[in-house]
Amino acid sequence: MSEPLLAIDNLHVRFSRSEDEVYAVNGVSFAIGENETLGIVGESGSGKSVTLMSSIGLLRENGKITAGTAKFRGRDLLRLRPKQLEDIRGRDIGVIFQDPMTSLNPVMRIGDQIMEAMLTHHYAGRKEAFERTLQLLNEMGIPDPKSRFRNYPHEFSGGMRQRIMIAIALACEPQLLIADEPTTALDVTVQMQILALLQELRDRRGMSVVMVTHDFGVATNFCDRIIVMYGGRIMEAARTDRFLRATAHPYSLGLKRSIIEVGHKGKPIVPIPGAARTLTGEPVGCPFAERCSFATERCSAEAPALRAFAEDHEVACHHAEEVVSLAR
Amino acid sequence: MASTVAATQGSVAVRKKNRNRPFVQGWRRFSRNRLAVAGLAWVALFFIAGIIGPWVAPYDYRFGDFLAINQGPSWHHIFGTDNVGHDMFSQILFSIRSALVVAVGATLVSFVIGIVLGLWAGLTGGIADAVIMRGVDFMMTLPGFLFALILVVLLGRGYWSLILAIGIPGWAGYARLIRSLVLGMRNGEMVEAATALGASRAHIARRYMLPNVIGSMAVSLAFGIPGDLAQIAGLSIFGMGLQPPIPSFGNMLAQAGDNILGFPWLLYFPAGIFAITLLSFLFVADGLQEAFHPKGGR
Repeated sequence: MSEPLLAIDNLHVRFSRSEDEVYAVNGVSFAIGENETLGIVGESGSGKSVTLMSSIGLLRENGKITAGTAKFRGRDLLRLRPKQLEDIRGRDIGVIFQDPMTSLNPVMRIGDQIMEAMLTHHYAGRKEAFERTLQLLNEMGIPDPKSRFRNYPHEFSGGMRQRIMIAIALACEPQLLIADEPTTALDVTVQMQILALLQELRDRRGMSVVMVTHDFGVATNFCDRIIVMYGGRIMEAARTDRFLRATAHPYSLGLKRSIIEVGHKGKPIVPIPGAARTLTGEPVGCPFAERCSFATERCSAEAPALRAFAEDHEVACHHAEEVVSLAR
Repeated sequence: MASTVAATQGSVAVRKKNRNRPFVQGWRRFSRNRLAVAGLAWVALFFIAGIIGPWVAPYDYRFGDFLAINQGPSWHHIFGTDNVGHDMFSQILFSIRSALVVAVGATLVSFVIGIVLGLWAGLTGGIADAVIMRGVDFMMTLPGFLFALILVVLLGRGYWSLILAIGIPGWAGYARLIRSLVLGMRNGEMVEAATALGASRAHIARRYMLPNVIGSMAVSLAFGIPGDLAQIAGLSIFGMGLQPPIPSFGNMLAQAGDNILGFPWLLYFPAGIFAITLLSFLFVADGLQEAFHPKGGR
């Protein structure tokens, strides 16, 4: 693989609260190449959003990056000045958020909001930006762009607003699109429409997409590669087909087993026992150990490192061989 | 022919578009509130009277007619005259101007100080926030009226000193409101999304935060003006308002109180107009509140 578009290396993020420290991300490394679609899966609080948001400087105020690098085309985003980061955000890296209901400015016409993305970055002049906005609205499948341009966010449905958010994110033709749970706030039929739209846009524009989701089905359908995160660490990373065939981490296996499949009568849904651990205090051992049926004493004492397990397949588990034989 | 059709459709479309603007929507909600509209009409009349009053007043406020003292309402003096023969109608017209100048001025003084400090506290946080908010707490514990009284004693009884005396102690409420609005948005998703789009902090403050707080600010201004009007009158009753012979509602009321049994019209007209004015401002403020925050309580 040529030089990756975005390479995150050994990222550590901590949040300080009044009484304790939350270790949200603990040594996460991954890379995404050109034209690649990467899915980051994990339950709430697994550190998936924080990893990406901190790499583009959108960390909440009480959060702190304690170590690591995030190289975008060779430039370390974590060491850029705020002004330089502003130039990259929205122009080279587009972001879509979870809730299109609250992310748009309620008192600005949606056309102006899309145009603004281009004007902020001097990507286009006023007239050109206007033309491009109409084109984008059309591309996003919004009928009658000319009159919709002048509408306000409250005049759109949730799915339509998410299309507008996508139009804003893609206005400057970024090479990388970060989609932070883009379908979570939408209902199921609209989810599929938005995913289909994203897929189409990705193929047409040849951009890379990082999709953060807790929906396993969405990730496996949409992405070339899957990263499973838990407790602020990467548990498993593999090509999607390889991942589905030979799941090697007990947590991934648990996620896979808890998918509800339509038409599979008699196949029981097996939930993962316990609840996600809180991430306060210095992490010791494997974060998943207390909920894992494979766990041994070694697991709670020594955190397993992410190791190469097969070609295009890395896993962080002492018992991966056992798991994979069971998964088959 | 075809072009006429297109043009008609165009104008329909324009009208339709305008209907969707937040401001237009707000006005529609406001206009459905009859009390608020009536209040607005009275407030408008009050402002017009304040502007043109001195030119249309039939008599000069400085000179009384010694041959016509303590007269009841008549065709010559529709609101009657006081004990030195001032025409009360003219007195009221002049009073409206002085009341408006001081009340609007004082409210703006409070508002500007409040906006600057509130924005500073909300946007930067940290030590500045802590210091400013302790200042707010301090101001809130002091009775504002007493504070104003002390300032009048220090500054004197002219227009400017009254504007400052009433305006300076009033900033705390505005600062607290704006700070809370800014804080609510600063960590909100709209600002996060704008940041992700590459917008700078100044740009976000101007294009995203300010337009979203204008409604709340208008409401707080509309509530602030009648409060300051009442304070001015209160100061006059203590003998600390505008220096006579400048007419003011407070002075008229203070004088009328002495003669309430003999010459009650001296009390009825100024007090009635003043009360209706305060109520009208409150109705307008209430209507604005409903128009801009249709779902929220108060």
